[in-house]
Amino acid sequence: MSEIAERVKKIVVEHLGVEADKVTEQASFIDDLGADSLDIVELVMAFEEEFSVEIPDDAAEKIATVKDAIDYIEANKG
Amino acid sequence: MFDLTGMTALVTGASGGIGSAIAKSLADQGATIALSGTRPIALAEAKATLGGSAHEIFTCDLSDGAAVDALIPQVVEKMGKIDILVNNAGVTKDNLAMRMKDEEWDTVIRVNLEAAFRLMRAAAKPMMKARFGRIVSISSVVGATGNPGQVNYAASKAGLVGMSKALAQELASRGITVNCVAPGFIRSAMTDGLPEAQKAALLTRIPTGDLGDGADIGAAVAYLASREAGYVTGQTIHVNGGMAML
Repeated sequence: MSEIAERVKKIVVEHLGVEADKVTEQASFIDDLGADSLDIVELVMAFEEEFSVEIPDDAAEKIATVKDAIDYIEANKG
Repeated sequence: MFDLTGMTALVTGASGGIGSAIAKSLADQGATIALSGTRPIALAEAKATLGGSAHEIFTCDLSDGAAVDALIPQVVEKMGKIDILVNNAGVTKDNLAMRMKDEEWDTVIRVNLEAAFRLMRAAAKPMMKARFGRIVSISSVVGATGNPGQVNYAASKAGLVGMSKALAQELASRGITVNCVAPGFIRSAMTDGLPEAQKAALLTRIPTGDLGDGADIGAAVAYLASREAGYVTGQTIHVNGGMAML
């Protein structure tokens, strides 16, 4: 697993208070991890801070799974 | 009670009568104030009444959307954080509805309602991160009762109430409360200029028999801004001497 994936999962575990083994790459934030829409906004803010990336609203709306977040950050990290 | 020490508060329209009284009330409880308005000299005068040296002035024209969007980031950059947002700034462009120009409608909605939305949206981000925030918008008795000649103003002030209730529900789980204070008739340069007969007629409608002071509004805002008011959200405190009991 990449270093970015590890850091993304750590943030998800901390923010959503879920077990680390539930945070698979295929896990959906809302359907599998119990996040609500406000949690997603907060996760995006946390990713932006952790990785110093800007995640615009239209991109943020497409981030539904852990993998979506990792892929976006890997593609756009400066 | 109501100790605001260590908190940073942005007050819009801070050079006006009610705005400067709100700034004073929050500063008296220990908050550091970001005073926003369009008139630098009047803002400096308001700042001078606060005591303490950490208060800052941010000139901003609330009819300019881009300037409004930049205001919260500027405050956070200069003062380190924002705990309290007070949407106080407001304008009137009174006219009978049948005579009202599009521009009179647009200006009042843009400054009184849209700017408040833009500031709430921007402030929510740092407040969510901090898991604490207090948003207080200054509505008006007119927003609840209506007033002839003020369809635009009444709509904007009622709009603040509905907007605050929606946002209160969105942000309650993050320690952020969103409320309104609705002043009645408050002593100001405008009410001082009223003819005596008109003033007397006005007072017959107010059970306490007097106009309010800016400090009466400031006290209500200080309460809603305090940690002690954490269980109060989506509400409107009417400060009007009993002229409308809602």
